[in-house]
Amino acid sequence: MLSVSLRGLLGRKLRAALTGIAIVLGVAMISGTFVLTDTIDRAFSQIFTESYAGTDAVVTGKGVDISIDGESVAAPPVDESILETVRSVPEVALATGSILDDYGAKILTPEGGAVATGGAPSFGFGIDTDPALSRFNPLNLVEGRWPAASNEVVIDAGTADEQDYMVGEQVKISTLEPTRSFELVGVAQYGNVDSLGTATFAVFTIPVAQELFDREGQFDAVSAAAKDGVSEDDLVPAIALVLPPDAQAVSATQEAADQSDEIGQFTSIIRYFLLAFAGIALFVGAFVIFNTFSITVAQRTREFATLRTIGASRRQILGSVVLESLVIGLAASLIGLLLGLLLAEGIQALFRLFDFELPSTERVFALRTIVVALVVGVGITLAAGLFPAIRATRVPPIAAVREGAELPKSRLAPFVPWIAGFMAVVALAMLGRAMFVDDLGTADRLLSIAAGVLLLFVGVAMLSSRLVRPIAALVGLPARRAGGAAGRLASGNAVRNPGRTAATAAALMIGIALVTFVATLTNGMKASNREAIEEQVVADYVVTASDGYTSFPATVGVALSESSAAELVTHVRSGVAEVNGDDSQVSGIEPDKILEAYVFDWTEGGDEVLDDLGATGALVTSNYAEDHDLAFGGTVNIRSASNRTAEVEVVGVYKPPPFYPLLESVTVSQGLFDRLYDRPLNRWTWANVAGEPSAESTAQLEKTIAGFPDSQVETREEWIEREDQDFNEGLTLLYALLTFSVFISIFGMINTLVLSVYERTREIGMLRAIGMTRRQTRRMIRQESIITALIGAVLGLPLGIFLAALVNRALDEYDLRFSIPWWQLLILTGVAIVIGILAAITPARRAAKLDPLRAIAYE
Amino acid sequence: MNGNGDGPVVIASEVARRYGQGETAVDALRGVSVDIGRARLTAVMGPSGSGKSTLMHILAGLDKPTSGTVEVAGTEITTLGDNDLTKLRRQHIGFVFQFFNLLPMLNARENITLPLTISGEKPEEGWVDKVVSDVGLTDRLSHRPSELSGGQQQRVAIARALISKPTVLFADEPTGNLDSSTGNEILELLRRSVDDYGQTMVMVTHDARAAAMAHRVLFLADGQIVRELGECNAHQILQVLEEIAA
Repeated sequence: MLSVSLRGLLGRKLRAALTGIAIVLGVAMISGTFVLTDTIDRAFSQIFTESYAGTDAVVTGKGVDISIDGESVAAPPVDESILETVRSVPEVALATGSILDDYGAKILTPEGGAVATGGAPSFGFGIDTDPALSRFNPLNLVEGRWPAASNEVVIDAGTADEQDYMVGEQVKISTLEPTRSFELVGVAQYGNVDSLGTATFAVFTIPVAQELFDREGQFDAVSAAAKDGVSEDDLVPAIALVLPPDAQAVSATQEAADQSDEIGQFTSIIRYFLLAFAGIALFVGAFVIFNTFSITVAQRTREFATLRTIGASRRQILGSVVLESLVIGLAASLIGLLLGLLLAEGIQALFRLFDFELPSTERVFALRTIVVALVVGVGITLAAGLFPAIRATRVPPIAAVREGAELPKSRLAPFVPWIAGFMAVVALAMLGRAMFVDDLGTADRLLSIAAGVLLLFVGVAMLSSRLVRPIAALVGLPARRAGGAAGRLASGNAVRNPGRTAATAAALMIGIALVTFVATLTNGMKASNREAIEEQVVADYVVTASDGYTSFPATVGVALSESSAAELVTHVRSGVAEVNGDDSQVSGIEPDKILEAYVFDWTEGGDEVLDDLGATGALVTSNYAEDHDLAFGGTVNIRSASNRTAEVEVVGVYKPPPFYPLLESVTVSQGLFDRLYDRPLNRWTWANVAGEPSAESTAQLEKTIAGFPDSQVETREEWIEREDQDFNEGLTLLYALLTFSVFISIFGMINTLVLSVYERTREIGMLRAIGMTRRQTRRMIRQESIITALIGAVLGLPLGIFLAALVNRALDEYDLRFSIPWWQLLILTGVAIVIGILAAITPARRAAKLDPLRAIAYE
Repeated sequence: MNGNGDGPVVIASEVARRYGQGETAVDALRGVSVDIGRARLTAVMGPSGSGKSTLMHILAGLDKPTSGTVEVAGTEITTLGDNDLTKLRRQHIGFVFQFFNLLPMLNARENITLPLTISGEKPEEGWVDKVVSDVGLTDRLSHRPSELSGGQQQRVAIARALISKPTVLFADEPTGNLDSSTGNEILELLRRSVDDYGQTMVMVTHDARAAAMAHRVLFLADGQIVRELGECNAHQILQVLEEIAA
């Protein structure tokens, strides 16, 4: 019996292959995701291991334990003299001090712009490269030597490669100071990690680094190695004993583990993000498999019946169909698993297109990847093949002697609408719970949404067989009107087996619904973003970092203030702080100038309260006030990342657009801000020019900040448009990832069409015999395919809009606009038609090739 | 083997079969009682719609009667569940179909031994070889059905039905899809298996020459057995058919 079903599978290679593809792609995404994120994890862990390989204890300034969005604030530096103190500890064998600024050293391209890091760090190091201290140095020279003079630098091999910098050439680097030129004396890599992704680093001598990063007389870290026989655990307290109160010692193991944890959280976000798309692809694949198995089981009715008459039990029939799906699932999963290795490169290339690259090392192919990919791939194939297999057991033996015997209706058939309705209700309840119940954990909420959406899709797919007739009547109209006989036949064929058409269309529906969903949501975000900026900002120009969102050195703004190009220049500082015990962000504004650039929508107080800001006042947003039970006159305690404190009083409450507040939750005067922070950074610098902004005034402003290549100046409109562009990029990335699911549904359509052409061999032969031309035959199949695709669109578009509306409601507190992107949806409908045409190519050709005579003789 | 002795192998009493309900109901069989004798070839004849196929389906346990009972090898089968029917088919029933119903992906040998494969029995080597040589397929065993002629395909089907030594073999229009000379060869093969192996066989046919090979011919009309002949020739059979039609 085993051999019978395996032989059957071999006899239907093409079908088996087309079915398998549905699973291959999804499994490849799972395996690719794991391979990619595991590799990133290993690369980071290598980086941290290298960093602390020769170190036993690290001394840093006592930091404030603040973390915003999972990224914690770097510890403040310590005084240079601590190095001698540490060296004097008897347990210490060796010690060195170093400078490390995460974002401080922007390497310029030969053309003069900053090398884009896509938000990744641009490390600036000051390292004592005395060979005696090399055990502390995490970097390895690839070429050349370490910098020894103040005009010398070493940069990372990746950037040197990419920008074509040779040892001996001049490289410009922009730091807190204006751009300076250095001689490249060597290139290095981090330990033995091939690539740092988009992150870059530049290594200077210690005095140069101290000057460039504004750390005169300071070190960011003092690293110590223990004498033989002294353990880390003994070393750390020994050092701690002699440290001043503003410094702390931690073991290198601890430090590496902390950093690994932080990165681990970050890569797991990427992992789950990508796995979600793999899940969608597999879900669509399940539809395709279910449909293909349903059709082949129906076509093999007589075969099953014959097996029953010669003594096969129901269990044996079930076993043979299940075995078939097991073999397909296993083969497809194995192929998918290996394809995942390639896909990992593909996803990385895709990320690179969006300037988002992460460190890399040899590919990690973990056992977990293999197990998860195989279990999920095989599991889904089996689950999707189970219902058709059960139906196969219901074939009565008498079907062996009946011509044109059909599969008996499922016993569940009469209940399908009820089950589907029930599923839809449960789905809506889960979605509602996820979106409107307040005290849910993020994981709980996301699972609820995912399960709700999946159930909703299944429910709609089950109901859709009832909707096929009316929808086909509508979308088949052009085919019937203009398509001639072929069009009328195509329209009829599409509704001949509504269940099959529905399942085929449902696979496409999922892709279209998700594309519609992200398009609609993004469109709303763009509208909200524009509105938020327009409501808040009245300035002519904005200066930002060149990526548009990281903070930039205040010196950029100073250069602008000092020039005569602008009539008014005002800066908004931004920094992380502990506010009344919670991690938060604080802005620093210039009370006398801000009103020229920014509009406050006061709920308590008015523009005049800006005069009261001084060193003791603060503004808070109404949301923040509400969440933290603050009101006018309330006390706000701020502890900055530089570990300085201030107690201020709320002098005004205002309500910025919740979607995009440009000032942080708590705003103080710039005077106070600069006292709280060692190296204050600007979030925005706004400028007004005399008269209307013009190309000339833009050019003048640009000239002023030419010394700071990592910053840019834009008019307000350009700013909005660039942010639109950022949303579009995100949207494109999502589209690219959703493409997999759409691909799978195309294979599903090809599969269904090939199978129904096979099934209708006689009928098509008859049509050919009575005079249908090949061209008409092709057109008939093509139009049937287009109608199926359009049914997918008609179901998917409203479903996607509905889901977007639901999420929009859930994001109520952000005041997100709801705006349907009609043009994009129209294009999407066009894409559905193209998908229909593409899916029909092979089946239509097969149908047209049928020899009328042989087709009729076929049995 | 069950049902030892010389008594009938299949006993049907007062079998009626009604399709549909109410005004559109059709009575395919109206109280048919018949015994099928051991080691005999019984032919069932009748015009289209006479109920001959329905009778065979019910005797073979493929269909259930609306009323009446059917005993096969001493077991009342009309009340059996699916599992028991499956066991019954494995032990007692063989089929030969009009359209052969071979599995296209298996070669002739695999098709022939399929019933044994399914029931998990080891093929008796001598028996398989004997059946294969008796049906004249010794040099065709590795061919797929698509590589065989219609007559050869039906020989495979007959060998498949014989391989499990069923108590009774049902043949449904075995020559209906073959030209007349090939049909004759198949009929001779079927008759030989009755004579040589003592195989009990029931054959539904509307071909008088086929029926003439039988030990006994039953005539059905309007769901009832209206006539019965012993060994006879095609001419006599045609005469009876004409009488029935009249």
